[in-house]
Amino acid sequence: MSENNSVLMEVKNINLRFGGVVAIQNVSFDIYEGEIRAIIGPNGAGKSSMLNVINGFYHPQEGEVWFNGEKRPSMEPYQIAKTGIARTFQNIALFKGMTTIENVMTGRQLKMNKNFFWQMLRYGPAIEEEVEHRRRCEEIIDFLEINHIRKTPVGALPYGLQKRVELARALAMDPKILLLDEPMAGMNVEEKQDMSRFIIDVNEEFGTTIALIEHDMAVVMDLADRVVVLDYGKLLADGTPTEVQSNQAVIDAYLGVPH
Amino acid sequence: MFYRETGQFKSKYREELAAFPLAEDKVGIAILLVIAYVFIPIFGIPGLSYEFTMGAIMIPVFIFTITTLGLNILLGFAGQISLGTGAFMGVGAYSCYKIMTIFPDLNIIICVILSGLVTAVVGMIFGLPSLKIKGFYLIVATLAAQFFLEWAFIRVAWLYNYNDSGGIEGTNKEMFGLIVSGPQSDALTRYFIVLTLLVLLTWLASNVIRGRIGRSWMMIRDMDIAAELIGVRPLTAKLSAFAFSSFYVGISGALMVFFWLGAAEVESFDVSHSFTYLFMVIIGGLGSITGSYMGAALVWVVPVLIKEIGKTVFGFDAFVMENFSIIFLGVAIVVILIVEPHGLARLWQITKQKLRLWPFPY
Amino acid sequence: MEILYAIFIAPFVEMGAYPDLFIQALWDGFVAGTLYGLIALGFVLIFKASGVFNFSQPILVVLAALSLVSFYQMGVPAWISVILVLIMFYALAWLVERLILRQLVNQDGNILFMSTIGLTFIIIGAAQWIFGGVPSAMIVDELGFPNGSLEWPMFGGGVYFEMIDVSAAVIAVIMIVILAVFFSKTKIGRGLRAVADDHQAALSVGISLNQIWVIVWFVAGIVALVTGIFWGARSDVSFALQIIGFKALPVLIIGGFTSIQGAIIGGLIIGLGEKIFEIYWGPLLGSGVEGWFAYVIALVFLLYRPQGLFGDKLIERV
Repeated sequence: MSENNSVLMEVKNINLRFGGVVAIQNVSFDIYEGEIRAIIGPNGAGKSSMLNVINGFYHPQEGEVWFNGEKRPSMEPYQIAKTGIARTFQNIALFKGMTTIENVMTGRQLKMNKNFFWQMLRYGPAIEEEVEHRRRCEEIIDFLEINHIRKTPVGALPYGLQKRVELARALAMDPKILLLDEPMAGMNVEEKQDMSRFIIDVNEEFGTTIALIEHDMAVVMDLADRVVVLDYGKLLADGTPTEVQSNQAVIDAYLGVPH
Repeated sequence: MFYRETGQFKSKYREELAAFPLAEDKVGIAILLVIAYVFIPIFGIPGLSYEFTMGAIMIPVFIFTITTLGLNILLGFAGQISLGTGAFMGVGAYSCYKIMTIFPDLNIIICVILSGLVTAVVGMIFGLPSLKIKGFYLIVATLAAQFFLEWAFIRVAWLYNYNDSGGIEGTNKEMFGLIVSGPQSDALTRYFIVLTLLVLLTWLASNVIRGRIGRSWMMIRDMDIAAELIGVRPLTAKLSAFAFSSFYVGISGALMVFFWLGAAEVESFDVSHSFTYLFMVIIGGLGSITGSYMGAALVWVVPVLIKEIGKTVFGFDAFVMENFSIIFLGVAIVVILIVEPHGLARLWQITKQKLRLWPFPY
Repeated sequence: MEILYAIFIAPFVEMGAYPDLFIQALWDGFVAGTLYGLIALGFVLIFKASGVFNFSQPILVVLAALSLVSFYQMGVPAWISVILVLIMFYALAWLVERLILRQLVNQDGNILFMSTIGLTFIIIGAAQWIFGGVPSAMIVDELGFPNGSLEWPMFGGGVYFEMIDVSAAVIAVIMIVILAVFFSKTKIGRGLRAVADDHQAALSVGISLNQIWVIVWFVAGIVALVTGIFWGARSDVSFALQIIGFKALPVLIIGGFTSIQGAIIGGLIIGLGEKIFEIYWGPLLGSGVEGWFAYVIALVFLLYRPQGLFGDKLIERV
């Protein structure tokens, strides 16, 4: 966690509704530069919706998103990706017909710009660009220890590895902030340990700010610098893991209140 | 054993990114090129007459391979289904005809390429609904294009210079003192031109699909939402796929009329042809360049051979053989979907994989 | 100005000036729409029960009409011919299930769709081979349907109602009511819907997928036979009939892929829309616009309501 707590991202008074269903109700919190921020809550609490708001897939009816000290105007998802927000998905959203390296290369799309003409000839600037970005992708692949599956179609990979490829793809975007939607769902203990190690490494070595959704409380307590708790679309608590853990409202939400 | 990559190390990413990283593949392609450029022109195909080899097999197969490449770019790589391929070939053919009428002295190859560009623009316009309509529903938009264009080829008399026949017809065109197109052109000349264009277009397509733009198409195909969240702009990706694909289809349409049929009417571009091209892509293999070659060859050659053998060897009448080849197409598509939905290309890949290990089973 | 007048004013003036012609156009559009709706109904049945977009439905219509006429020409009495056709369709349903659908269980919808295109080609080839490609007339009288036409004098002119068209409309309505009841009230109908929602779940509660598929293809075959009889009566029985199958797709887009009422309402919208457009606006474009106008209507619908009139709105999630 960085020393100076400068705010990288802040969501203010977000309200999101689908027809009559309220998904998020007046939620505000901030994310510091360089920290690992966890978002927790029971199923249907609005966690994934929150990430979808942050990276522009859902447009909230009310509320503001501040990023890099500026209020973000209404943008299309691909424009928001350009500002430096990358994410992984709860139900893996890899490109199934492509190999691992191709999937990771897709993370570099935004940084490539050589035109159709050079692409057709695959010569000169186009191939130089391709090589340059390939190098960066290979570094990330090394970093996440997925060299051996470089040329395997991702559809054929086991679940745990797919999750890792997805992380690699997000990292290839060199994001300012990385959103991880349940990076450890459905994993066994060893896989979870691996993944936790990678998340910490990414945070420490690349200095990437991370916001993650996770259900495993032990993992969250170990990884996160600060935790937001959502319940039924409302903000329930916000603070360090220890603070949140001892918060009565959180305990009630998780364990149920005796009636 | 015969086909292996062990020992072929690469020290540069540039080598790794080459079209055929494996030495065996390089040799294979070289052999195929020699067969196409030297052996077939000199010896023809054993057992078949020279006329038949060129006019009924080689030239149409090459032209339809270009069509199939085009449709495969759209369907196999960008995941956008189209049933308007027949009509887009028509756009290529009619625009080539108009360009030749307006600029009679323009080199015919340039006319063909320009007509590809015209088709690319038309394809982009009819691709616009793809931004709003996804998946299967896109069939409706492309069928709308098909039927509208068919109608236009009949009703807009300007397209065929108001002639009475209502069709378009090629005239003799010279290049370097050689008649390359039209009734008096030699089949061999046309063969070489079509072949060369096919080789060039294949090379361009394989370059594009391995680069940034090709990846953006595959991203849209595999998971459009994720692609958008990663930063692919659907408008650019989809329309560029429509344009590039239509460019190929348009060129193949122009080639079909001016380097093969010699003349054509609206029937050459109707919806049943669109289905045939779709079959070529599916049987060959979605998202595979090799598959485009195999699909076009199989779907075109087998019915031709069935008809020819039925006629000459068994003496069946043409009507029976016609129906027999329709049934063959239907059976072929059902069988390939059941056996290997990824088409012949995948079967070929599996064979290659086995060749790598042969003679050891594991 | 002149062009604007021709587009926005003149057609309506003409409608007002000759109301009898207008009503005649409405009636013709209505009958064509009913038949489009019937073809679409065949699609809906199979889609509802198996999630397969059955491209071969139009060719089933052709096959039904063609084989019916051919059996009759071979000397089989008309109603026996109908029964023979039904037996043939049951056998076909069984074969399709055995040889194609069963092999492709749990495959992607697109693959199933493509396989029905393959089936279409097989049927075209086989039917042309066996029955020949010569157009013939539908055996309307022999089946006991009323012939001739009614003329209603009105607005100084007259409107003709072909009796066979009236029968078509009546029978279409009856079929829709029966099918709607069948789907919502009977045990088999509920089974059909269960299969469409989730193959595996349906299997796990003891519904036989294979049986359901045979039944639904057979029912679609019956619908095809009815459509074939009435469409064959309007034009000759020949392979040219399959082109009307392409009209069913726009109908489905408008009505939704799973709605029986939608199929009919969509059919009427297309039938009426293209008839009126052809008669009053067609001449501006050089006529023959019937071939693509249905698709324009469908496209407009798709852009504004991608799920059809009776479909549910989809929310995208990641």
